[in-house]
Amino acid sequence: MPDIQSEDVAVTGPIAEAGPLTSIEREFTIQARTQREMVIRRFFRHRGAMGGLIVFAFVLVLAYSSIGILGLPGWWHQSYETTGTVQNGGAMSLDLLPPFVDGDGLAIGNHPFGQDDVGRDYFALTMRGTQISVLIAVSVGIISTVLGVVVGAFSGFYRGATESTLMRLTDLMLTIPLLVLAAVIGQISGGTPLLLALVLGLVLWPNLARLVRGEFLSLREKEFVEAARAMGAPDSRIIFRHILPNTLGTIIVNATLTISAAIILETALSFLGFGVQAPDTSLGKLISDYQTAFQTRPWLFWWPGLFIVAIALSVNFIGDGLRDAFDPKQTRVRA
Amino acid sequence: MADAMNLTGTISADEPIESRRERGEGPLLEVRDLTVKFPTEDGIVNAVRGVSYSLAEREVLGIVGESGSGKSVSSLAVMGLLPKSAQIAGQILLEGRDVLRMSQKQQRSLRGRKIGMIFQDPMTALNPVYTVGDQLAEAVRSHEAISRRSALARATEMLELVGIPRPKERLRAYPHEFSGGMRQRAMIAMAVINNPDVIIADEPTTALDVTVQAQILEKLMEVKDAVNAAIVLITHDLGVVAGMANRVLVMYAGRPVESGTTAQVFASPRMPYAAGLLGSIPSLETAGARLRPIPGAPPSLINLPSGCPFSPRCPLARAKCQEIEPALYSTDQLEHVAACHYWEELADLDDPTSIFRAQGVPAQ
Repeated sequence: MPDIQSEDVAVTGPIAEAGPLTSIEREFTIQARTQREMVIRRFFRHRGAMGGLIVFAFVLVLAYSSIGILGLPGWWHQSYETTGTVQNGGAMSLDLLPPFVDGDGLAIGNHPFGQDDVGRDYFALTMRGTQISVLIAVSVGIISTVLGVVVGAFSGFYRGATESTLMRLTDLMLTIPLLVLAAVIGQISGGTPLLLALVLGLVLWPNLARLVRGEFLSLREKEFVEAARAMGAPDSRIIFRHILPNTLGTIIVNATLTISAAIILETALSFLGFGVQAPDTSLGKLISDYQTAFQTRPWLFWWPGLFIVAIALSVNFIGDGLRDAFDPKQTRVRA
Repeated sequence: MADAMNLTGTISADEPIESRRERGEGPLLEVRDLTVKFPTEDGIVNAVRGVSYSLAEREVLGIVGESGSGKSVSSLAVMGLLPKSAQIAGQILLEGRDVLRMSQKQQRSLRGRKIGMIFQDPMTALNPVYTVGDQLAEAVRSHEAISRRSALARATEMLELVGIPRPKERLRAYPHEFSGGMRQRAMIAMAVINNPDVIIADEPTTALDVTVQAQILEKLMEVKDAVNAAIVLITHDLGVVAGMANRVLVMYAGRPVESGTTAQVFASPRMPYAAGLLGSIPSLETAGARLRPIPGAPPSLINLPSGCPFSPRCPLARAKCQEIEPALYSTDQLEHVAACHYWEELADLDDPTSIFRAQGVPAQ
């Protein structure tokens, strides 16, 4: 049993003059931190999570500041909607190599990521695609997590008829091929990003529901739940205040996995033509639009691909860090 | 034991319940003919088969029995914490109102506010993801709509009451940062934070070191006096009962088999099972002598033998015991009842425990 967590406490008082009482004095002059302080502290010491956070923040800032949002102008001078003449065969003007290797030194140029067939700036397009993809992914993450947690919590806690009904519904959702279901309702949604997010969210919750149910099934038998009951806590309080925080690790990890899964699912849907519709775009749609150009102009594939991987990976790392941070039994900070 | 006798004198525990009721001060908690059955695949488990007891204000009632004797189940029934599958019959009167007839909501409002509970293992009974302060505050806020700040102030007071040094800082510690004794103190604080009238302590010292047990029991008595509560103390540790309880209820196979003041039961058991329990523990008087354990094992609660459930293990058992289950007979002592057809035979012996064969020695 860890006595005092050296990571989470700081010795403040003078301990030298206490003589034989030193160890006792020391124990009681520690300064405990609040739960929030400890979570934040652990999170910021998690290297993977910090890396993920930096990458994710960078992607977000880049995407939203470059071409602007909601009519606000960004710092990038090209629009993702304006067509133009294709310069230099649509090649990238971004050059990171210095002259002595082979290049023009650090140069951004007019079209750093190149241009598409009709001369639109591919950097602006990728940024727009990132905006839409992130918007969809985060909304899907929130919607499916809320749904999955509620379904899992109620079926695990109440058991009986509630459980049968909700879990058969979950099984039903799981038996339907995800892509087909998403494609059909994606079609109905008409390609509006938020509607698409809602649809994907309605499809992606069953996994979390099962996990949360499993956790609830084991936690509801714990003595602290009985203790909560013995002190007169109502069911809602027991579910949301006593049991749910114990499942936070599972939920957070699953939510981040869902966010990356949603990015990929959206990519797949858009690739198949069921996702975001033109003139708007998403990362998946960009890849699908230029799949034929892969041999000749590979950057049209690599740039959106790079952003997909960057978002999915960084979100996963953040989730990993959050799970470790929320676990109060964790004394050491994982690197 | 001497302490227990003194305590008995200070409260009105040995005054008949009827006379107190006539004066309009009925017992705080009265359980009448409580039965609990659990349907299982193997048949119906008769966990509790007719338990009756009453508890006066500030009284300490010890319920003693081995595992599966129904002592925990009967108190969980009082708390309303039994699973839905349990079939409960009888009456549980808290200040004269039948708990079993109340709605779920009314029952819930009693829990924690009127009846507090202390669990056996404080490690598992405290929520690992909340600080101790948050949990204590939560106990308050389950019943009262007060701010977190004032709930935490109450929690500080309570931690101080149960003897945790630097309570303000300790509020922010997690259960796993506490030692076993501190956790059980926190548990006691949680049970009494809403000023309950009854505290049910379900083997409160079983999970603790022997050295800590005494401290915790002492603290429990202190806290009980501070909040003016009565205690139902469930234990299989006769030493704990001897030191704390005013009255004792011995349970066997889901039924009370003997009940009386602590002094009566310990000095002159009138039921062979109770005598056997006393003979199984070492004492100063019998130093050097061999222990006298009870042979055999308790019966299955699904297929109870006919007659007295203790008869297969009882050295006094005769044909009558296998046919008729004895009721609780009043004995030679006031308020002392025992479920044995032949309690008088025990009363005639100087040492009732001698009916059992000492370990490794033929019966006398």
